[in-house]
Amino acid sequence: MQISFTLNGRPTTVDVEPAMLVAELLRERLNLTGTHIGCDTSQCGACVVHLDGLPVKSCTLLAPALDGATLLTIEGLHGAPGSNQLHPMQEAFREHHGLQCGFCTPGMLMTAVALATEKPDLTEVDVRHGLEGNICRCTGYQNIVVSVMAGAAAMNAARGE
Amino acid sequence: MKPFAYHQPDRIPDAAKLLTSIEDSKLVAGGMTLIPTLKQRLASPPALIDLSKLGNLKGITDGGATITIGAMTPHAVVAASKLVQGKIPGLAALASMIGDPAVRIRGTIGGSVANNDPAADYPAGVLGLGATVVTSTREIAADGFFRGLFETALEPGEIITAIRFPVPLKAGYAKFKAPASRYALVGVFVAKFADGVRVAVTGAGSGVFRVPPMEDALSRSFDPSAIAAIKIDTEGLTSDIHAEADYRAHLVTVMAKRAVDAALS
Ligand SMILES: Cc1cc2nc3c(=O)[nH]c(=O)nc-3n(C[C@H](O)[C@H](O)[C@H](O)COP(=O)(O)OP(=O)(O)OC[C@H]3O[C@@H](n4cnc5c(N)ncnc54)[C@H](O)[C@@H]3O)c2cc1C
Ligand code: FES
Ligand code: FES
Repeated sequence: MQISFTLNGRPTTVDVEPAMLVAELLRERLNLTGTHIGCDTSQCGACVVHLDGLPVKSCTLLAPALDGATLLTIEGLHGAPGSNQLHPMQEAFREHHGLQCGFCTPGMLMTAVALATEKPDLTEVDVRHGLEGNICRCTGYQNIVVSVMAGAAAMNAARGE
Repeated sequence: MKPFAYHQPDRIPDAAKLLTSIEDSKLVAGGMTLIPTLKQRLASPPALIDLSKLGNLKGITDGGATITIGAMTPHAVVAASKLVQGKIPGLAALASMIGDPAVRIRGTIGGSVANNDPAADYPAGVLGLGATVVTSTREIAADGFFRGLFETALEPGEIITAIRFPVPLKAGYAKFKAPASRYALVGVFVAKFADGVRVAVTGAGSGVFRVPPMEDALSRSFDPSAIAAIKIDTEGLTSDIHAEADYRAHLVTVMAKRAVDAALS
């Protein structure tokens, strides 16, 4: 079947099998390999993307669900338009050592940006609950939480400008 | 995943007709249970019937003494609903405890109730509140709907369209999460109505069940102390790698007390 959607700001039309997962479509057909697949059980969150602005697990989403939708992947996250800068959340992860191997990072960032967008006055408790669906095997989460708090503050500051 | 045909009907009768005419076909709502099952090849239906294009299955309506939640309403919407928070805060709290944020954005109340996972949260809320399951063909009272391990009163071709909850005087939910899956190791929903109290337990056995001795005690005195001494029988409770039956039995009393506390707060 043919589906049309907006992918990181660009209109996109592809022919897909209904049994194709969005994570597979992104990685294997569209060469967007920033979205990772870390499990078979929909539990790790390495594959999180934004579907119509909401964070969802692309490994548990069938391609037909994209038809008519707007999709943002980690490749579409960026700082000020045209600046070639990192997104403030990405910058915060770099600054605060929010990653080690980096496997979970794309999903962490997408979840974190959604959290900070939904709730501008994030608390540490909100962040820890909000990251319940994102598993990291390296960091012990401490620096991820610090990074998300800093990234959320930077996003607020950028919005205020 | 094995290939399958994909149908996106826009009318409920069309969906029901597809479901009965294509043998072994399955409905897909949020897909948060079905897609992992397909990925692990535990099921390989020839066709999926997507409910997302059907009108009127999404949303929450205020009926005064009742609240009706459309089958395709995601958990996150129920958790954030001012209406549900105001009239049945225990139900909004239950929805907010399901899985993780991404699961709550896709997963739906209809899918959860139809699936009747023995450790799912909504069955406790539906049975605890004595809700009515509204389907494409009839209305089914919660007491007759859940039939044990993944079994329900749904007939082949029957589609849940909404769940109608009576508004209680007070209600609360408490859940001891299995740390890895986030499903309920034990979850207890308690609801107080003018004519008595209902207590429903999930996670502890092969399906959601009520606890009459706790209901009687709480009907006399709606306070955690009223049930502190009530231990439920381990007969029929689950023992697995996560917990033995006697630990689950212990947790039922602890969670029931916490649920009453939550209802009172
Ligand atoms: C990582 C993870 C953690 C989770 N944690 C929890 C948890 O803590 N607590 C909990 O309760 N659940 C949990 N879940 C399950 C989640 O709540 C699912 O959303 C829910 O069980 C199924 O809803 P769905 O809309 O995704 O249904 P689907 O997966 O689309 O469908 C499930 C089943 O119901 C049938 N069905 C769907 N809609 C209807 C309908 N309207 N009428 C008739 N049949 C229908 C389908 O055919 C299918 O057999 C978790 C899931 C995941 C992936
Ligand atoms: S790959 Fe999607 S949750 Fe693990
Ligand atoms: S940084 Fe390695 S999994 Fe998180």
